[in-house]
Amino acid sequence: MLRLLTLELQKLWLNRASKVLIIMSFILPFTVLILSSIKINFFGFFTLELGELGIFNFPIIWHITTFFAAQFKFFFAIVVVSMISNEYSNKTLKQNLIDGLSKKEFILSKFYTILFFSFAATVLIGIATFLIGLYYSSYTEASIIFRETEFLLAYFVKLTGFFSLCLFLAMLLKRSAFALGFLFLLFISEGIIYGLMRWQISAEVADSIHNFMPLQSMWNLIEQPIQRIVMTKFPEKTDIAYDYAVHWYEVFIVLGWTAIFIFLSYRLLKKRDL
Amino acid sequence: MEPILTINNLTKKFGHLTAVKDLSFTINKGNVYGILGPNGSGKSTTLGIVLNVVNRTNGNFHWFDGNTTTHDALKQVGAIIERPNFYPYMTAEQNLKLVCKIKGVDFSKIEEKLEVVGLLDRKGHKFKTYSLGMKQRLAIASALLNDPEILILDEPTNGLDPQGIHQIRQIIKDIASEGTTILLASHLLDEVEKVCSHVVVLRKGEKLYSGRVDEMINSHGFFELKAEKHQDLLHVLENNSDFGKIKIEGELITAFLNEPMSAPEFNKLMFEKGIILSHLVKRKESLEEQFLQLTDNLNEVAAQN
Repeated sequence: MLRLLTLELQKLWLNRASKVLIIMSFILPFTVLILSSIKINFFGFFTLELGELGIFNFPIIWHITTFFAAQFKFFFAIVVVSMISNEYSNKTLKQNLIDGLSKKEFILSKFYTILFFSFAATVLIGIATFLIGLYYSSYTEASIIFRETEFLLAYFVKLTGFFSLCLFLAMLLKRSAFALGFLFLLFISEGIIYGLMRWQISAEVADSIHNFMPLQSMWNLIEQPIQRIVMTKFPEKTDIAYDYAVHWYEVFIVLGWTAIFIFLSYRLLKKRDL
Repeated sequence: MEPILTINNLTKKFGHLTAVKDLSFTINKGNVYGILGPNGSGKSTTLGIVLNVVNRTNGNFHWFDGNTTTHDALKQVGAIIERPNFYPYMTAEQNLKLVCKIKGVDFSKIEEKLEVVGLLDRKGHKFKTYSLGMKQRLAIASALLNDPEILILDEPTNGLDPQGIHQIRQIIKDIASEGTTILLASHLLDEVEKVCSHVVVLRKGEKLYSGRVDEMINSHGFFELKAEKHQDLLHVLENNSDFGKIKIEGELITAFLNEPMSAPEFNKLMFEKGIILSHLVKRKESLEEQFLQLTDNLNEVAAQN
């Protein structure tokens, strides 16, 4: 496993474009986190201090940071897509196989890289959230701090699932631009299909099917926290209450998709003449 | 003899096109083999199948004694197919390190093999800055990293300048002289003739011949002759059953032998008949002529059918 991982990390790290994208995908979420945690003075008119809003309180901070950090996953998605398309365009995939890497090992080396990156991103966001939380949070009892850390698990699963989808699309289409375009297409078509079902069948059926679609199931893992922030400000408005928790079945749906994407990628490579 | 690669009734179809048709041959240790055929005759497809990058339609193949999986066997094989494929943004050394990791070879081999192909002083340069000749030599170094039992080369001199071709051929000969089995696919006849001891001739995916290069067709060679008594010479040749086909191009007579005969024997015979030759050369068909003869025969058979 380590051999396959170091193999892939060498390919990525020595490529300047990938290196820049990886660094960006790690640094950008933190910059945003840090910027949002400092006081911003708008030309003396008013000061905006997000910390005062209570968003850095435990346990809601776990929800908020993982949600916003997940929006930066697109940078690493580009890395994932290009790490496959480059192997095709340089024909190094063929050479790797001739040199004695099996097709299974090839896919595994890519998947281990995805796991490694998702894990590293989760650990980093976990530590950063913990520190920012300790600094701002009004509650610092251990029982409150570690409540809702399942958002970290959800974050890890969400990243792994999303990158596995990117891996599959890149294996399928061989070109970065096509794979990213198809990803966007998938995003739109999920919405359209949902809309059609809601219009033609019923809202309940549409919702339940929609929750099984790849991108939507990843979205469901970490629901948007804005509404929750509003809820904490206006606890009397019960009509805006919603289910934001991480459910085990949501995790399993995404894990199922991950397994399907990786298996299909392998099948595709096995069937293909290079 | 110890077999390295055995291919049995291998067939590959790409849709309606049959790229390789019922192909069988064996490669034994210590020989230099050529796969010879025009472009599109199925050479690269055959190599692709045994190297596990192309899926076969029918038939089978096995490496060594048949008890090693293809995946493990490939770690004892060195191969270059078509163009040299490396990561353009990595240096030669970094590229070879990656290959070492795949093959499970110690990094110390890198310098040794770069020395063999004469690229040691350029090891820190990026692959994309290399000329085609250097890229091809790096590919050979990469294929040699694991001290392979067999080295497979697909069109290794394609697109190179004469100097590059010479360098590559010299490297191949050096490697062969150390006892490494070599399988060289080429459409260049003189390349196969210069380098190989055995040859498999392919045409449209079918095997026409497999065996030693010098036994490719039953031929005792031919004489190229000139004499002042042109007509007498022709008369003698036509009445001698040792000679088959006779070709005349101006002054030059080419007489093909049906039975073995040496040049001194022939000269003596002519002298006894009172014919004095002004030109006598005994030759064997070049591989090119043999190859054309093989493919022509097949065309004639096809035409008759």
